[in-house]
Amino acid sequence: MTHRTSPLHAEHVALGATLTDFAGWQMPLRYTSDIAEHTAVREAAGLFDLSHMGEIAVVGPQAARALDHALVGNLSALGVDRARYTMLCQPDGAVIDDVVVYRLAPERFVVVANASNVEVVLAELTERAAGFDARVIDMSPDTALIAVQGPRSLEIVSLVAPGQEEVLAGMRYYAGATVRVLGVDAYVSRTGYTGEDGFELYVPHSLAADLWRTLLDVGASRGLVPAGLAARDSLRLEAGMPLYGNEIDRTTTPFEAGLGRIVRLDKTDDDGAPLDFVGRAALEGRKGAQPARVLVGLQGLGRRAARSGYPVLASTQPGAVEVGAVTSGAPSPTLGYPIALAYVTPEVSAEGTELGVDVRGRAEPFRVVPYPFYRRPEQ
Amino acid sequence: MATFPTDLRYSADHEWVDDSVPATVGITDTATEALGDIVYLELPSVGDVIEAGSVIGEVESTKSVSELFAPVSGTVVEVNRQAIDDPSVVNADPYGDGWLLKVQVSGEGELMDAEAYEVLTQEG
Repeated sequence: MTHRTSPLHAEHVALGATLTDFAGWQMPLRYTSDIAEHTAVREAAGLFDLSHMGEIAVVGPQAARALDHALVGNLSALGVDRARYTMLCQPDGAVIDDVVVYRLAPERFVVVANASNVEVVLAELTERAAGFDARVIDMSPDTALIAVQGPRSLEIVSLVAPGQEEVLAGMRYYAGATVRVLGVDAYVSRTGYTGEDGFELYVPHSLAADLWRTLLDVGASRGLVPAGLAARDSLRLEAGMPLYGNEIDRTTTPFEAGLGRIVRLDKTDDDGAPLDFVGRAALEGRKGAQPARVLVGLQGLGRRAARSGYPVLASTQPGAVEVGAVTSGAPSPTLGYPIALAYVTPEVSAEGTELGVDVRGRAEPFRVVPYPFYRRPEQ
Repeated sequence: MATFPTDLRYSADHEWVDDSVPATVGITDTATEALGDIVYLELPSVGDVIEAGSVIGEVESTKSVSELFAPVSGTVVEVNRQAIDDPSVVNADPYGDGWLLKVQVSGEGELMDAEAYEVLTQEG
């Protein structure tokens, strides 16, 4: 089986990375140690190659309207150089993908899709934009995505963008700007998937290796280390961020995932009438209704971790009924105890409820806790 | 890629066993590399009678978890407390300080030499 490789593949090999198959791509799982990479992001900075993600441009006079129709968010209201987390849903309200949308110019947007969903998102956006004066263009084949995440990321990114330090320092969370990086225009945003301050840099393939090496070079003395997908997963879980395929998929709606706030039933067309978007009717019916299951955070009271797919039980007593299933779980490197996200029935979803998780045949005690499990300290 | 100590024998489940009496048991670096950073070990207790091929414990990392299979039958006479307290030693030195158990062997499971084990890992 052949895998697609990132434009940074040779860098990963040279760094001795352990590679893993991820959504048809061969990407770094880890370079040295999952925990060391995780900790570096919490305490200093980590460098991630996310070039497997998809970037799809939607361009034209009606680009905003096309996205209002295609996605559950209100993209017309998105300011230039701002980013928004939103979703592409099926007509029945189930989630096809969760995406971040950037507005680069009044008539130019970029939708960033998960690697596993790029093709379906591209197809859906193309179909949904067909009635609008807008073009949908897959930018993924020439776009590399490099993320610098962690408390020292501003300092490190500033070193590769001389003269742009103030732009970077003044950039708010979920904002972006076109910035000269190593003499080339890059799109830089203050976004990420780790729960830390950080930046994501969208650059052409031709600049990727140069930028990667330069960041490692200038960042090394500031604690920057390359970090793989294993650390990315444990970081996002601590930060309580959903992962497509785990917490959200085509069997879940945004409401079940606790993300109902991003469904903008209040968005309107040019005449002020409620704007129809794909999934609207189904999602309207769900709003306010008690979902059959809700996503909760779980803290392990023992040492054995719950993992994706494990049954959640009403208690640790023998014969306890099944009340849900774990979607993601791991021993938290930062917190030192097991954490998990799980779908459970509403009756057992209250904070403090003690439940069991069937960990390979033995019920282990867990408690319902709020998530994010980890919040970064105030700067 | 990896070469394995030739004085040990190996199970298909990535445990190693030496020929001392009692025998020392551990997991190979193929196992530790697949797991990543090990954070929790669940091992049998001293005095437990174990049977080759049966599950006798767990090795858990941040990324995943593996069951530990007994490569030999016998009685557990010692467990590595240091590794239980700080499982990172299993990553750092899987054939040395990262050993897991000492077993008074009464019988063996299917074990292979380093060369055969290397072939197995390359097929994997």
